Amino acid sequence: MTQLGTETHPLQVAVIGSGPSGFYAAEALLKSGKSVRVDMLERLPNPYGLVRSGVAPDHPKLKQAIQVYEKIAQTPGFNFIGNVTVGRDITVEDLRRTHHALIFTCGAESDRRLGIPGEDLPGSYTATEFVGWYNGHVDYRDRVFDLSHETAVIIGQGNVAADVARILAKDIDELKDTDIATHALDALAKSRIRNIYIVGRRGPVQAKFTSKELKEFGHLNNCVPFIDPKELALNPESETELADINNPGSQKNLELFQQFTETSASGKQRRCIFTFLKSPVEIRGSGKVESIVLENNRLSGAAFKQSARGAGTSLEIPAGIIFRSIGYKGRPLPGLPFDADRGIFPNTLGRITDQNDNPIPQLYTAGWIKRGPSGIIGTNRACGVETADSLLNDIDLLATNDRKPGAEGIYPILNAKKVRHIDFKAWKKIDQHEIELGKTKGKPREKMTSIAEMLKVLG
Amino acid sequence: MATVVTENCNGCRFTDCVAVCPVECFHFDDNMVYIDPDVCIDCSACIPECPVQAIYEEDDLPEELKTWVAINAERAPTLPVCGEPMEPLPTAEDRKAALGF
Repeated sequence: MTQLGTETHPLQVAVIGSGPSGFYAAEALLKSGKSVRVDMLERLPNPYGLVRSGVAPDHPKLKQAIQVYEKIAQTPGFNFIGNVTVGRDITVEDLRRTHHALIFTCGAESDRRLGIPGEDLPGSYTATEFVGWYNGHVDYRDRVFDLSHETAVIIGQGNVAADVARILAKDIDELKDTDIATHALDALAKSRIRNIYIVGRRGPVQAKFTSKELKEFGHLNNCVPFIDPKELALNPESETELADINNPGSQKNLELFQQFTETSASGKQRRCIFTFLKSPVEIRGSGKVESIVLENNRLSGAAFKQSARGAGTSLEIPAGIIFRSIGYKGRPLPGLPFDADRGIFPNTLGRITDQNDNPIPQLYTAGWIKRGPSGIIGTNRACGVETADSLLNDIDLLATNDRKPGAEGIYPILNAKKVRHIDFKAWKKIDQHEIELGKTKGKPREKMTSIAEMLKVLG
Repeated sequence: MATVVTENCNGCRFTDCVAVCPVECFHFDDNMVYIDPDVCIDCSACIPECPVQAIYEEDDLPEELKTWVAINAERAPTLPVCGEPMEPLPTAEDRKAALGF
């Protein structure tokens, strides 16, 4: 056995996925004081995951996290290998041969379903598709959203639901100077949507919005937030939750919801209507979405453990377009165990585990595919660091008699399959090209939405 | 607009905030941490992490804490970066209890 993590025997780690959790795990490894090489594999030519294609275009400050990732990418020992799909271009088994350890940080790319009749009617979409579309993600550039109706309904009350609602609510003037995809800007310019419902299963105290996001709804050019005051009546358990000193977020939210009961339209043409204690039970329409049926709920259970139960009554809202934003699931990958219920790779502190909860040697995970789709960019730092710590604690178990080739073992496999893999310098060329394209339109960048176009930039 | 650390941190310095900061904008002295407003990206990840609710978005600051905007902006750049969570100060638990948390 050799001493791993030394100059002559560096620890070779493959990180699969280039979003925040991948970069923070890589950073923790590269700063550990051990000799570590990180090869970050990404299925797209561009890095940065949801910071690029999830964070809303009108939240540019959040995207400054990219400056941190650029710095990590320039750390000695870091290597980006873009445009490579693990499971297709290279297998998990290949990577186990070439690297001591693998960290899967590939996110949660599929949506949870509502499981109700009519869910697949044209006009019923996932928030993921819409977010990917307006953010210029290559997978979603060809989606078409029919915005010719007056009413849109969003199911879910988390950060993503707020983003979808705000993008639908904003005027083109509020979006045109952002890095929103031009195809989305053109389509939104023709939108006839006037009413945007944001539907929550539980009550106003349990809504998952941050107050920061809610405040934005009070400052839109052409849209007012609206809540029926009756919706803010609280049961005793919710009053208890609200009064808890450790729950200041709900208190702030409720203050804002109260303000939203008093807003007047003042000439603004759109309304965002927040509504609570309702679950979708059916989407109706002949050939396309025409309405949604919501069942009224009541809360049951102790404070902080309340769940929504159907109260037996319902209402029907005419609507032409529906977005579901009720959570995300990861996708399974050949060669790895998968927890289908939670949509994650089963793990303990980032060590991927088998059906008996025993860690599988070499396999680690971080980010949404490790813990489920919760938290914001920074949450992934703590998450990535935890996984890197687990891996470094296992370093003696990861040592092998033969030397692991790392990237030098990957390239021959990719080249034999004629995979056009790109390094970080190549990505920076594409990056620069996007910024140049944006300049002509007064945008911080115009994202390239096809892999072929991106590769053309590289000649 | 920035995110601001206020007086409840003084004597605690729990640094739970630091673990979730995506951009390493926290700096520290012997008593507490401060946010560099030129580095902070206003993601608010740190706010719910603080066990003594010392951190605010600037426009949520109560009147009596508004002086902390300038204190953070002036102090942070002169102090070392707090890149990783540290042990809380020895006075932290007593201070937390005294603050009612």
